[in-house]
Amino acid sequence: MSPLAETGQQFGVYIHIPFCTKRCDYCAFTTFTEYFHLRTDYIKACSAEIDLAAKAGMLRPATSVYVGGGTPSLTEGRDLALLISSIPKTTDAEITVEVNPESLTPDFCAAIQDTGVNRISMGVQSLVPRVLEDLGRPHYPGSVEKALELISQYNFSSHSVDIIYGAASETTEDLAETLDKVFAMDPGLPHLSAYALTVEQGTPLARDTRRYPDEDRQATFYGFIDEYLKTKGMTWYEISNWAKPSHACRHNELYWLGDPYLGIGCAAHGYIEGTRYKNTSSINRYLKMIGEGRLSRTQDDVITPKERELELLYLKLRTASGVPEKNLDFAEDLADLVRLESGKYTLTLKGRLLANEVAHRLSV
Amino acid sequence: MGVFVIDTSKIRNFSIISHVDHGKSTLSDRILELTNAVDPREMRDQYLDSMDIERERGITIKAQNVRVHYKDYYLHLIDTPGHVDFGYEVSRSLAACEGVILLVDASQGIEAQTLANCYLALDNNLEIVAALNKIDLPAADPERYAQEIESILGIPANEVLLISAKTGEGVTELLDAVTQRIPPPSGDPNAALKALIFDSYYDQYRGVVSALRIVEGTLKAKSKCRFINSKAEREVEEIGVKTPTPLPVEELGPGEVGYLIANVRNVAEARSGETVTDAAAPAKSPLPGYKNPKPMVYCGLYPVDGDELPDLRDALEKLQLSDASVTYAPETSAALGFGFRCGFLGLLHMEIVRERLEREFNLSLIATAPSVEYVAHLTNDTKVTVDNPSEMPPVQNIREIEEPVLKITIITPTEYIGSVMELAQNKRGRMEKMSYLSEQRVELGYIIPLAEVVVDFFDILKSRTKGYASLDYEQYGLETADLVKVDLLLNGQPVDAFSSVVHRSKADDYGRKMAQKLRELIPRQLFDVPIQAAIGGRIIARETVKAKRKDVLAKCYGGDITRKRKLLEKQKEGKKKMKSIGRVEIPQEAFVSALRLDD
Repeated sequence: MSPLAETGQQFGVYIHIPFCTKRCDYCAFTTFTEYFHLRTDYIKACSAEIDLAAKAGMLRPATSVYVGGGTPSLTEGRDLALLISSIPKTTDAEITVEVNPESLTPDFCAAIQDTGVNRISMGVQSLVPRVLEDLGRPHYPGSVEKALELISQYNFSSHSVDIIYGAASETTEDLAETLDKVFAMDPGLPHLSAYALTVEQGTPLARDTRRYPDEDRQATFYGFIDEYLKTKGMTWYEISNWAKPSHACRHNELYWLGDPYLGIGCAAHGYIEGTRYKNTSSINRYLKMIGEGRLSRTQDDVITPKERELELLYLKLRTASGVPEKNLDFAEDLADLVRLESGKYTLTLKGRLLANEVAHRLSV
Repeated sequence: MGVFVIDTSKIRNFSIISHVDHGKSTLSDRILELTNAVDPREMRDQYLDSMDIERERGITIKAQNVRVHYKDYYLHLIDTPGHVDFGYEVSRSLAACEGVILLVDASQGIEAQTLANCYLALDNNLEIVAALNKIDLPAADPERYAQEIESILGIPANEVLLISAKTGEGVTELLDAVTQRIPPPSGDPNAALKALIFDSYYDQYRGVVSALRIVEGTLKAKSKCRFINSKAEREVEEIGVKTPTPLPVEELGPGEVGYLIANVRNVAEARSGETVTDAAAPAKSPLPGYKNPKPMVYCGLYPVDGDELPDLRDALEKLQLSDASVTYAPETSAALGFGFRCGFLGLLHMEIVRERLEREFNLSLIATAPSVEYVAHLTNDTKVTVDNPSEMPPVQNIREIEEPVLKITIITPTEYIGSVMELAQNKRGRMEKMSYLSEQRVELGYIIPLAEVVVDFFDILKSRTKGYASLDYEQYGLETADLVKVDLLLNGQPVDAFSSVVHRSKADDYGRKMAQKLRELIPRQLFDVPIQAAIGGRIIARETVKAKRKDVLAKCYGGDITRKRKLLEKQKEGKKKMKSIGRVEIPQEAFVSALRLDD
């Protein structure tokens, strides 16, 4: 089938749920606040897209499923459960659903757990009201604690919390407060993703230079987070991801190892048989095309073997597994950015923050 | 082809002396219309300004000439360049005339450069026919400015004509005054030929086309001509007059103005000021006043893309065919690579040449800061001329440095006198003259270093006086000054493109400003980059570009992978285009911004 040697071990399915009650100021993902009434139709269309993909021979038993967004927890738990159950999966598949604290309900948890969802990823971003305001994200006092409690009640085998650091007004104390509170509520938290606030074109944040993050401070914060999480028994396995042993997110690892995945839903990306594609970002067009029995891909990008190798190196460089010695053209400037261990270069703490600089020296 | 023998008494040769925007091109257009020289269907604004740059900037760079019939006269209108950079060309154009129209905006009054050209006309014993233009404008104050003309130039106010080139009012009367007041040329048609070239341009099909004025003798279509100063001899291919459409003729006699095409491939052989004679019966001596205009301002021109170096050389070669006043010589910069050190008549000339290179030859260029030509007297009793600051010898070897100075004339409304004087003093000007032209306007004279004028003097003058002040200058030799070379060092290495020669009193300020500017422009590297400004071994300013700490993108989701690879490839590509100063990588744009003059 594919002319490219994929590792073939893993196969992922990503489902995009593009609904939010409010758009956060930094967010550049495709989400809608005004098509809420379409959510049941939308999930049906996603099921239909899976059938279409299966007919086209693009579907294999999934080793991981990831339902992201948007805010998947805004949909009806039963609808989502039905969708997830329609995907062929391996017995040990990792099935993740992203949730927002304010919209997570017991019914939703029950419904998705029933269908085999075993991992929850919750967007917290910050627990300091001023920082949330700076991020242009609504604040729902008490919701994070309640949501973490629900997650523990329903006993998902793993879960994760996302935070965003480096908003213009955020201090080290603010960051410490967020982390302290998260671990006070959830002492056993097995996975955390910490993303540096990034200004994406076209967002309200991009238009407000006063709220631009300071990259130097973000670098300091990154070091702080890394140290902090060490004390909680977590180690980094990718630049923005830390986990306790055996809690790394397999779906994310699949991206970073260059394995294939099917993207389902409006604006979803997929990578099948050496081609990256993206579905249409218009929800109406998506519904219409799927309704007509057609896939809604808008751009196909065939990756040449050389491009693929470079992508893989770039992705691997971001992970704790590192890149082979021969693929990094070493310059003495990089001395404290990378470490050589058993034939592989991995990034040091300083290097993780300057990974682009290191990546410029990658060669295939 | 007709054979004309024109009675010199029926010829009038004149130029229009005017300030930018005082209406010279409009008046020329009206004259062409009034004399039916141009078919109305072909008429367009600024008919005589042929280069795109001329029309866009509203100025005349190349002198044009046209013959028109008015009543039973042959009028030769010789258009002159309208900018002080081209003063020599103006003087040659005036040398071809017996009179001038002084055209002054009736709401603005006479300006410095106009006045300077009037003095030039008076020196050449030319008759001045003064006219106030734009009398149709509400702001026009013809009485006041006629009075001013009388008090400055001694032309009786009641002889100053009032016209509107725009509406045509008074233009007929003006032409009548030209025929009545300006004397006819004289000259012996049988004497040895002496013809003055007052402009030459390069035509890609016909070679060099020269505009000339016959002073004595007769230029014949079938002859061999000699250019006395350049010593070239060529077969005449065509002679004629511009009506303004070129009209070939058999002969041009004394007083006539026309064009000559004679297989000349390089404008340098037939420069403005050159004397043409008949190779078979040559005149013994050339007409006076020939000069080889020397560049006053220099800068390095480098292709943004180093691969375009041969293209830049070709372009300069071709450009020089049509503009002999541009000089160029190869030079190398550690920072900018290979390029050329080019010499220009002035800043505007520099801008125009650069623009022509980019526009007509499709090049993308980096220009270093403009410099003047210094003379450094060394401790070993030798001297060197330096037109590139980075080549200034080490400070310990220099006994003294001389710099070119200008004699400038500024005319300004009296209300701005204070800020103009402050500006001139800041720029190391020495006041030589101050005289009131009227109660409202004053003329100031300074001796001022050329280097201080070339950078931003004119712009500041304009902004401080809301555009009302005008400036004229002439070269005034060399003067000793306490000058030092300031180097800029990145990570301990001097960057030649940023070296500058400045007055000692301004060195610290300059060094600090440049260091700050560079700190903002140089992207952060993996290590701290010290930026130092130094005079010899002494550091006068220091800044640091702190090492960068973060460049990584936080997320790398499935959807982003290709986008991020492309971004990475683009960054990698960009890195290749960076110039390296030691270990410091600097993007091309940083050089361009750092060398920009505007702050």
